[in-house]
Amino acid sequence: MIRTEALRKHYSAVHALDGLQLHVEPGVIYGFLGPNGAGKTTALRILAGLARATSGTASVAGVDLVTGGRLLSRQVGFLPEEPAFYPWMTPVEFLDYLGRLHRLPAPRRLSRVKELLAIVNLAEVAKRRIGGFSRGMRQRLGMAAALVHEPQVLLLDEPVSALDPSGRKEVLDLIESLAGTCTILMSSHILADVERVCSVVGIIARGRMLVQSPRAALMERYARPIIEAEGEDPAAMQRWAESLRGHDWVSQVSTQEALVRITVRDMTRARREWILSAAAQGLSLRRCEELRPSLEDVFLSLVENGASTIPAEAAR
Amino acid sequence: MNFMPVLRKEIMEQWRTRRLLIVAAVLVLFGLGSPLLAKLTPEMLRSIPDLPPGLADIIPTPTLADAVAQYVKNLSQFGILLAVLLSMGTVTQEKERGTAAMLLAHPLPRFSFLLAKFAALGLVFALSLAVGALGCWYYTLLLFEALPWGGFLALNALMLVVFIVYIAVTLLASTLARTQAAAAGLAFSGLVLVAGVGSLPRLAEFSPGQLFTWGSQLALGGTESSWPAFWISLSLVALSLAAAWLIFRRQEL
Repeated sequence: MIRTEALRKHYSAVHALDGLQLHVEPGVIYGFLGPNGAGKTTALRILAGLARATSGTASVAGVDLVTGGRLLSRQVGFLPEEPAFYPWMTPVEFLDYLGRLHRLPAPRRLSRVKELLAIVNLAEVAKRRIGGFSRGMRQRLGMAAALVHEPQVLLLDEPVSALDPSGRKEVLDLIESLAGTCTILMSSHILADVERVCSVVGIIARGRMLVQSPRAALMERYARPIIEAEGEDPAAMQRWAESLRGHDWVSQVSTQEALVRITVRDMTRARREWILSAAAQGLSLRRCEELRPSLEDVFLSLVENGASTIPAEAAR
Repeated sequence: MNFMPVLRKEIMEQWRTRRLLIVAAVLVLFGLGSPLLAKLTPEMLRSIPDLPPGLADIIPTPTLADAVAQYVKNLSQFGILLAVLLSMGTVTQEKERGTAAMLLAHPLPRFSFLLAKFAALGLVFALSLAVGALGCWYYTLLLFEALPWGGFLALNALMLVVFIVYIAVTLLASTLARTQAAAAGLAFSGLVLVAGVGSLPRLAEFSPGQLFTWGSQLALGGTESSWPAFWISLSLVALSLAAAWLIFRRQEL
């Protein structure tokens, strides 16, 4: 549904996109993850037809971005990070205006506007001036604006980043409710949100796709289980952490006071050996547990290690 | 082309943001005030206490030509200023605020986006000028005599052409600039340039400003014409709009 090949965007010496490969299958909610400045917004603006790539190819819903022209805007709904409106307009007027641009017949336009305002929970303020709206209300109206023509593809740039918890929940619920009705590409740097609604995740850094995969497969492949142990003597725990670093079942060890966090490469061996190792050191432990790794752990490990550590096939 | 929905929105914006009312109020004020000022200025001068003897006799009696001259003088200054002030933020503001990106992700060709803004501003000035001209004609009738309808209509049509030239040039400046301040700077530079060219002896007859002179003559029953200035003005409008479109279609939002 969305496909980019070797997409590049250069602003003088800055390479905002550096050969981005993005493949989004129809019907999925795709979480486009990356740190600030990774190139997410640039990619979305190119896909929405608002910016041009320096080189490479891209298509959305079968429409080529270079030759597609107006056909593209009929297939795509775009929500910018900070949706902007005319302060003198009301939500009804704004959505009606967009409906006219999409040439919806008057009765359909009327019903669609009503339906959308109900969906985004703005029916009560339908005739109030947008100038007085809060950030959350604007974001929801932006969602309605992106959906007015029932697009096949929805591009959402950080749709919930600036919202308070209740506003975030509302918008995420709305995105979740759209699953199956259209393909959604949602950029974010809030991992919990992506983890909640996205079935496929792509991680981008420095304009390049590090990895893209179904979320579960990504977690299975890259999420290393963690054992966390808290002792009584910080010095003893530090010595133990040092001794663990040599074992081949250990991927990484970090310490904080008397807390040791072991990222494990081989859980079967780890379960057998860590306790023996601790006993050999004569440690007195207050607590120990196996932790479920989060998407954040995967993200941080991938972004910090960089593209060089990712197998080529994983980035396809 | 999707021109009508965006023109409808632009006209609605001119009304809701009270720009139409402001332009109409200013042009009506000068429409009514110009013949009044032409009539009263000599009388005010005569009423100055301790006027040197004999000076009152040489102050000319106001005529219809004075009323027309006053009207043209006022509108050539304030009309142009309004045209520049109202047009300079039209595109930059939409780019700065993000509304341009919001809208142009929908099926709205960039040419329609620009043309609708130009058309709406032209319409605002046409309507306001019509009301102002009606006021001027009526007050001139009351204070002097009836102006010939045809000639006065032609004067106002030619003034509208000049305003439209400034709207188009300012729209181009607004498209080129990234901020409103830069657009204002560019627009006023354009204004100075056009006025400067108009003041050069050999080029004056080709400048849009010449249309004011031609219109004044027509309003008073004259028959001389300045068609080159008219065609050059229309060409300036077409060129400015074409340049604005060529620039805007390449801009990233």
